[in-house]
Amino acid sequence: MGRRSTPEVNAGSMADIAFLLLIFFLVTTTIEKDKGIARQLPPKQEDIPEDVIIKQKNLFVVNVNRNDQLLVEEELMEIKDLRQAAIDFIDNGGAPSGSPEHCNYCKGKRLPDSSDNPDKAVISVQNDRLTSYGMYIAVQNELVAAYNFLRNRESQRLYGWSFTEMKKSLDEGEFKGPKKDDIQEKIKVIQGMIPLKLSEAEPKKAGS
Amino acid sequence: MSKFKKKKGGEIPAISTASLPDIVFMLLFFFMVVTVLRDTNLLVQQELPKGDQVEKLQKDRSVFIYAGKPSQRYQKQYGTEGKIQIGDKYTSLDALPAALTEAREKLREELRGSVNVALKVDKETNTGLISDIKQELRELQMYKVIYITSPGNQVDN
Repeated sequence: MGRRSTPEVNAGSMADIAFLLLIFFLVTTTIEKDKGIARQLPPKQEDIPEDVIIKQKNLFVVNVNRNDQLLVEEELMEIKDLRQAAIDFIDNGGAPSGSPEHCNYCKGKRLPDSSDNPDKAVISVQNDRLTSYGMYIAVQNELVAAYNFLRNRESQRLYGWSFTEMKKSLDEGEFKGPKKDDIQEKIKVIQGMIPLKLSEAEPKKAGS
Repeated sequence: MSKFKKKKGGEIPAISTASLPDIVFMLLFFFMVVTVLRDTNLLVQQELPKGDQVEKLQKDRSVFIYAGKPSQRYQKQYGTEGKIQIGDKYTSLDALPAALTEAREKLREELRGSVNVALKVDKETNTGLISDIKQELRELQMYKVIYITSPGNQVDN
Protein backbone atom coordinates (compact mmCIF):
# COMPACT_ATOMS: atom_id res chain seq x y z
CA MET A 1 0.00 0.00 0.00
CA GLY A 2 1.49 3.25 -1.04
CA ARG A 3 1.34 5.76 1.77
CA ARG A 4 0.01 9.11 0.90
CA SER A 5 2.25 11.90 2.00
CA THR A 6 0.51 14.10 4.57
CA PRO A 7 -0.19 17.55 3.25
CA GLU A 8 1.84 20.33 4.80
CA VAL A 9 0.10 22.40 7.47
CA ASN A 10 -0.24 25.97 6.45
CA ALA A 11 1.76 28.09 8.87
CA GLY A 12 0.79 31.41 7.40
CA SER A 13 -1.49 32.32 10.30
CA MET A 14 1.09 31.57 12.94
CA ALA A 15 2.25 35.17 12.92
CA ASP A 16 -1.30 36.35 13.52
CA ILE A 17 -1.74 34.06 16.49
CA ALA A 18 1.58 35.12 17.93
CA PHE A 19 0.65 38.76 17.47
CA LEU A 20 -2.58 38.21 19.31
CA LEU A 21 -0.76 36.69 22.28
CA LEU A 22 1.87 39.39 22.16
CA ILE A 23 -0.72 42.14 22.34
CA PHE A 24 -2.43 40.43 25.25
CA PHE A 25 0.80 40.30 27.25
CA LEU A 26 1.72 43.84 26.28
CA VAL A 27 -1.54 45.10 27.68
CA THR A 28 -1.49 43.12 30.91
CA THR A 29 2.14 43.74 31.78
CA THR A 30 2.86 46.01 34.70
CA ILE A 31 6.54 46.11 35.38
CA GLU A 32 6.60 46.69 39.10
CA LYS A 33 9.24 48.87 40.53
CA ASP A 34 8.53 49.62 44.14
CA LYS A 35 10.80 52.13 45.80
CA GLY A 36 10.43 53.93 49.03
CA ILE A 37 11.89 55.57 52.08
CA ALA A 38 13.35 52.94 54.41
CA ARG A 39 13.13 53.46 58.12
CA GLN A 40 14.02 51.51 61.22
CA LEU A 41 11.46 51.56 64.00
CA PRO A 42 12.69 51.89 67.57
CA PRO A 43 12.35 48.73 69.63
CA LYS A 44 9.58 48.51 72.15
CA GLN A 45 10.84 49.38 75.59
CA GLU A 46 9.42 47.61 78.60
CA ASP A 47 10.84 49.89 81.22
CA ILE A 48 10.85 53.56 80.51
CA PRO A 49 14.43 54.77 80.84
CA GLU A 50 15.10 57.90 82.79
CA ASP A 51 14.75 60.97 80.67
CA VAL A 52 17.72 61.58 78.49
CA ILE A 53 18.43 65.24 78.63
CA ILE A 54 19.02 66.77 75.24
CA LYS A 55 20.00 70.36 75.24
CA GLN A 56 17.46 72.62 73.65
CA LYS A 57 19.96 73.84 71.12
CA ASN A 58 20.67 70.30 69.92
CA LEU A 59 17.02 69.67 69.20
CA PHE A 60 15.31 70.63 65.98
CA VAL A 61 11.58 70.38 66.45
CA VAL A 62 9.35 69.96 63.41
CA ASN A 63 5.68 70.17 64.15
CA VAL A 64 2.99 69.32 61.62
CA ASN A 65 -0.56 70.21 62.50
CA ARG A 66 -3.86 68.79 61.30
CA ASN A 67 -4.07 71.29 58.45
CA ASP A 68 -0.67 70.17 57.14
CA GLN A 69 1.04 73.34 58.24
CA LEU A 70 4.63 73.23 59.30
CA LEU A 71 6.03 74.73 62.50
CA VAL A 72 9.80 74.50 62.64
CA GLU A 73 11.53 75.71 65.81
CA GLU A 74 8.46 77.76 66.71
CA GLU A 75 8.29 79.40 63.31
CA LEU A 76 5.94 78.79 60.43
CA MET A 77 7.76 77.41 57.44
CA GLU A 78 7.06 76.28 53.91
CA ILE A 79 7.97 72.72 53.05
CA LYS A 80 10.40 73.90 50.37
CA ASP A 81 12.55 75.65 52.98
CA LEU A 82 12.71 72.69 55.32
CA ARG A 83 15.61 70.95 53.63
CA GLN A 84 17.94 73.94 53.87
CA ALA A 85 16.90 74.63 57.45
CA ALA A 86 17.68 71.04 58.43
CA ILE A 87 21.04 71.14 56.64
CA ASP A 88 21.94 74.35 58.45
CA PHE A 89 20.99 72.82 61.77
CA ILE A 90 22.88 69.52 61.38
CA ASP A 91 25.93 71.12 59.83
CA ASN A 92 26.13 73.98 62.32
CA GLY A 93 29.02 72.65 64.45
CA GLY A 94 28.52 75.09 67.31
CA ALA A 95 30.95 73.51 69.74
CA PRO A 96 34.02 75.73 70.12
CA SER A 97 37.28 74.48 68.64
CA GLY A 98 39.42 72.72 71.23
CA SER A 99 36.48 71.16 73.04
CA PRO A 100 36.05 67.36 72.57
CA GLU A 101 32.80 67.94 70.75
CA HIS A 102 34.31 70.17 68.14
CA CYS A 103 33.32 69.21 64.61
CA ASN A 104 36.16 69.84 62.20
CA TYR A 105 34.31 68.92 59.01
CA CYS A 106 31.25 71.05 59.57
CA LYS A 107 30.81 73.97 57.22
CA GLY A 108 27.93 75.66 58.99
CA LYS A 109 27.72 79.04 60.61
CA ARG A 110 28.88 77.73 64.03
CA LEU A 111 26.15 79.57 65.87
CA PRO A 112 26.34 78.98 69.60
CA ASP A 113 22.58 78.53 69.90
CA SER A 114 22.29 75.77 67.29
CA SER A 115 23.59 72.19 67.31
CA ASP A 116 27.06 71.29 68.68
CA ASN A 117 27.91 68.67 66.07
CA PRO A 118 26.06 66.26 63.74
CA ASP A 119 26.33 63.46 66.30
CA LYS A 120 24.50 65.53 68.92
CA ALA A 121 21.92 67.00 66.61
CA VAL A 122 18.52 65.38 66.89
CA ILE A 123 15.56 66.14 64.67
CA SER A 124 12.23 65.52 66.29
CA VAL A 125 9.11 65.25 64.16
CA GLN A 126 5.75 65.60 65.76
CA ASN A 127 2.55 64.88 63.87
CA ASP A 128 -1.06 65.31 64.61
CA ARG A 129 -3.20 62.23 64.12
CA LEU A 130 -5.06 64.05 61.37
CA THR A 131 -1.99 65.07 59.40
CA SER A 132 -2.23 63.67 55.90
CA TYR A 133 0.12 60.87 54.99
CA GLY A 134 1.29 62.79 51.93
CA MET A 135 2.53 65.61 54.13
CA TYR A 136 4.15 63.16 56.53
CA ILE A 137 6.11 61.55 53.70
CA ALA A 138 7.03 64.96 52.28
CA VAL A 139 8.55 65.99 55.61
CA GLN A 140 10.39 62.68 55.99
CA ASN A 141 11.63 62.95 52.42
CA GLU A 142 13.02 66.46 52.97
CA LEU A 143 14.77 65.48 56.19
CA VAL A 144 16.34 62.38 54.64
CA ALA A 145 17.37 64.59 51.74
CA ALA A 146 19.16 66.91 54.15
CA TYR A 147 21.11 64.00 55.65
CA ASN A 148 21.89 62.61 52.21
CA PHE A 149 23.14 65.99 51.05
CA LEU A 150 25.65 66.16 53.91
CA ARG A 151 26.69 62.53 53.55
CA ASN A 152 27.29 63.04 49.85
CA ARG A 153 29.36 66.10 50.55
CA GLU A 154 31.56 64.31 53.07
CA SER A 155 32.03 61.18 50.95
CA GLN A 156 32.86 63.37 47.96
CA ARG A 157 35.50 65.10 50.05
CA LEU A 158 37.01 61.95 51.60
CA TYR A 159 36.66 59.30 48.92
CA GLY A 160 35.58 61.10 45.79
CA TRP A 161 32.27 59.34 45.27
CA SER A 162 28.70 60.10 46.11
CA PHE A 163 27.31 58.32 49.17
CA THR A 164 23.82 57.66 47.84
CA GLU A 165 25.01 56.32 44.51
CA MET A 166 27.59 54.07 46.13
CA LYS A 167 25.07 52.71 48.63
CA LYS A 168 22.66 52.02 45.81
CA SER A 169 25.19 50.02 43.84
CA LEU A 170 26.22 48.20 47.00
CA ASP A 171 22.62 47.21 47.66
CA GLU A 172 22.33 45.97 44.11
CA GLY A 173 25.32 43.72 44.71
CA GLU A 174 27.67 45.24 42.18
CA PHE A 175 30.75 44.72 44.32
CA LYS A 176 32.39 41.48 45.32
CA GLY A 177 35.07 40.34 47.73
CA PRO A 178 37.51 42.75 49.37
CA LYS A 179 36.20 45.73 47.41
CA LYS A 180 32.78 45.21 48.94
CA ASP A 181 34.18 45.12 52.49
CA ASP A 182 36.19 48.23 51.79
CA ILE A 183 33.18 50.16 50.57
CA GLN A 184 31.01 48.91 53.40
CA GLU A 185 33.64 50.15 55.82
CA LYS A 186 33.72 53.57 54.19
CA ILE A 187 29.95 53.84 54.18
CA LYS A 188 29.98 53.06 57.91
CA VAL A 189 32.50 55.87 58.43
CA ILE A 190 30.26 58.37 56.66
CA GLN A 191 27.22 57.17 58.55
CA GLY A 192 29.17 57.63 61.75
CA MET A 193 30.11 61.18 60.80
CA ILE A 194 26.58 62.19 59.92
CA PRO A 195 24.32 59.82 61.84
CA LEU A 196 20.63 59.86 60.98
CA LYS A 197 19.00 60.95 64.21
CA LEU A 198 15.35 61.35 63.49
CA SER A 199 13.02 60.94 66.38
CA GLU A 200 9.30 60.60 66.01
CA ALA A 201 7.05 61.56 68.84
CA GLU A 202 3.80 59.71 69.35
CA PRO A 203 1.18 61.65 67.46
CA LYS A 204 -1.00 63.86 69.53
CA LYS A 205 -4.66 63.16 69.81
CA ALA A 206 -6.73 64.96 67.25
CA GLY A 207 -7.67 68.45 68.19
CA SER A 208 -5.29 68.83 71.10
CA MET B 1 31.30 44.40 -20.04
CA SER B 2 27.79 43.37 -20.16
CA LYS B 3 28.28 41.83 -16.76
CA PHE B 4 27.59 45.10 -15.03
CA LYS B 5 24.72 46.11 -17.17
CA LYS B 6 21.68 47.15 -15.33
CA LYS B 7 18.87 44.73 -15.37
CA LYS B 8 15.97 45.86 -17.31
CA GLY B 9 12.71 46.54 -15.50
CA GLY B 10 14.42 46.45 -12.12
CA GLU B 11 11.51 45.54 -9.89
CA ILE B 12 12.07 45.52 -6.18
CA PRO B 13 11.80 41.94 -5.02
CA ALA B 14 9.18 41.29 -2.35
CA ILE B 15 10.57 41.33 1.17
CA SER B 16 10.40 37.93 2.68
CA THR B 17 8.19 37.81 5.74
CA ALA B 18 9.18 34.30 6.66
CA SER B 19 11.09 35.45 9.74
CA LEU B 20 8.26 37.60 11.01
CA PRO B 21 6.76 34.87 13.22
CA ASP B 22 10.16 34.30 14.79
CA ILE B 23 10.55 37.96 15.68
CA VAL B 24 7.07 38.14 17.08
CA PHE B 25 7.62 35.01 19.12
CA MET B 26 10.79 36.44 20.52
CA LEU B 27 8.93 39.54 21.70
CA LEU B 28 6.13 37.38 23.00
CA PHE B 29 8.47 35.30 25.13
CA PHE B 30 10.13 38.43 26.49
CA PHE B 31 6.82 39.83 27.66
CA MET B 32 5.66 36.47 29.02
CA VAL B 33 8.78 36.26 31.14
CA VAL B 34 8.68 39.79 32.55
CA THR B 35 4.95 39.86 33.21
CA VAL B 36 3.95 39.74 36.83
CA LEU B 37 0.27 39.18 37.19
CA ARG B 38 -1.09 41.10 40.11
CA ASP B 39 -1.44 38.75 43.04
CA THR B 40 -3.52 40.97 45.25
CA ASN B 41 -6.73 42.64 44.39
CA LEU B 42 -6.66 46.19 45.67
CA LEU B 43 -9.57 47.11 47.88
CA VAL B 44 -8.27 50.53 48.85
CA GLN B 45 -7.40 53.62 46.91
CA GLN B 46 -3.73 53.90 46.13
CA GLU B 47 -2.43 57.25 45.19
CA LEU B 48 1.05 57.08 46.63
CA PRO B 49 2.84 60.17 47.88
CA LYS B 50 5.91 61.30 46.02
CA GLY B 51 9.47 61.00 47.21
CA ASP B 52 12.94 61.10 45.71
CA GLN B 53 15.21 59.96 48.53
CA VAL B 54 14.34 56.34 47.90
CA GLU B 55 15.82 52.91 48.22
CA LYS B 56 14.88 49.82 46.34
CA LEU B 57 12.52 47.35 47.89
CA GLN B 58 13.73 43.80 48.35
CA LYS B 59 10.64 42.05 47.21
CA ASP B 60 11.47 38.53 48.34
CA ARG B 61 11.62 39.55 51.98
CA SER B 62 8.73 41.96 52.10
CA VAL B 63 5.28 41.86 53.56
CA PHE B 64 2.86 44.35 52.07
CA ILE B 65 0.38 46.40 54.03
CA TYR B 66 -2.02 48.55 52.04
CA ALA B 67 -3.99 51.34 53.60
CA GLY B 68 -6.28 54.09 52.46
CA LYS B 69 -9.88 54.86 51.74
CA PRO B 70 -11.91 51.96 50.33
CA SER B 71 -12.00 52.07 46.55
CA GLN B 72 -14.90 53.72 44.81
CA ARG B 73 -16.95 50.60 44.31
CA TYR B 74 -16.63 49.52 47.95
CA GLN B 75 -17.39 52.90 49.44
CA LYS B 76 -21.14 52.24 49.72
CA GLN B 77 -20.45 49.19 51.78
CA TYR B 78 -17.52 50.27 53.89
CA GLY B 79 -17.68 54.06 54.02
CA THR B 80 -14.78 56.40 53.39
CA GLU B 81 -12.82 55.93 56.58
CA GLY B 82 -9.21 54.80 56.09
CA LYS B 83 -8.84 51.02 56.14
CA ILE B 84 -6.01 48.50 56.24
CA GLN B 85 -5.67 45.72 53.72
CA ILE B 86 -3.38 42.72 53.94
CA GLY B 87 -3.55 40.04 51.29
CA ASP B 88 -6.98 40.05 49.74
CA LYS B 89 -9.10 41.37 52.55
CA TYR B 90 -9.62 44.25 54.94
CA THR B 91 -8.02 43.82 58.30
CA SER B 92 -8.90 45.59 61.49
CA LEU B 93 -6.20 46.89 63.77
CA ASP B 94 -6.80 44.12 66.31
CA ALA B 95 -6.42 41.41 63.68
CA LEU B 96 -3.24 42.95 62.31
CA PRO B 97 -0.75 40.77 64.24
CA ALA B 98 -2.42 37.56 63.13
CA ALA B 99 -2.62 38.69 59.52
CA LEU B 100 1.00 39.81 59.51
CA THR B 101 2.24 36.58 61.02
CA GLU B 102 0.32 34.70 58.37
CA ALA B 103 1.83 36.84 55.63
CA ARG B 104 5.28 36.24 57.06
CA GLU B 105 4.76 32.48 56.90
CA LYS B 106 4.47 32.76 53.15
CA LEU B 107 8.01 34.04 52.77
CA ARG B 108 11.01 31.80 52.26
CA GLU B 109 12.15 30.37 55.53
CA GLU B 110 15.66 31.79 55.60
CA LEU B 111 14.37 35.30 55.00
CA ARG B 112 11.78 35.38 57.75
CA GLY B 113 14.25 36.72 60.25
CA SER B 114 14.77 39.98 58.42
CA VAL B 115 11.35 40.91 57.14
CA ASN B 116 10.74 44.28 55.56
CA VAL B 117 7.31 45.70 55.92
CA ALA B 118 6.30 47.67 52.85
CA LEU B 119 3.65 50.24 53.59
CA LYS B 120 1.65 51.28 50.56
CA VAL B 121 -0.53 54.03 51.82
CA ASP B 122 -2.74 56.48 50.02
CA LYS B 123 -1.62 60.05 50.51
CA GLU B 124 -4.89 61.23 51.95
CA THR B 125 -4.87 58.83 54.85
CA ASN B 126 -4.48 60.21 58.36
CA THR B 127 -1.12 59.72 60.00
CA GLY B 128 -2.87 58.38 63.09
CA LEU B 129 -3.68 55.14 61.30
CA ILE B 130 -0.07 54.73 60.25
CA SER B 131 1.26 55.27 63.73
CA ASP B 132 -1.20 52.68 65.04
CA ILE B 133 0.19 50.23 62.48
CA LYS B 134 3.72 51.12 63.52
CA GLN B 135 2.90 50.45 67.17
CA GLU B 136 1.67 46.98 66.21
CA LEU B 137 4.81 46.37 64.16
CA ARG B 138 7.00 47.26 67.11
CA GLU B 139 4.97 44.82 69.19
CA LEU B 140 5.72 42.13 66.61
CA GLN B 141 9.39 43.09 66.43
CA MET B 142 9.25 43.89 62.74
CA TYR B 143 11.34 46.99 62.87
CA LYS B 144 12.20 47.49 59.24
CA VAL B 145 9.60 49.46 57.38
CA ILE B 146 9.68 51.04 53.98
CA TYR B 147 7.20 53.68 52.90
CA ILE B 148 6.56 53.04 49.25
CA THR B 149 6.45 56.23 47.22
CA SER B 150 6.03 57.11 43.60
CA PRO B 151 8.87 58.93 41.87
CA GLY B 152 8.77 62.70 42.01
CA ASN B 153 8.90 65.33 44.65
CA GLN B 154 6.07 66.57 46.80
CA VAL B 155 7.58 70.03 46.97
CA ASP B 156 7.47 70.65 43.25
CA ASN B 157 3.74 70.42 42.76
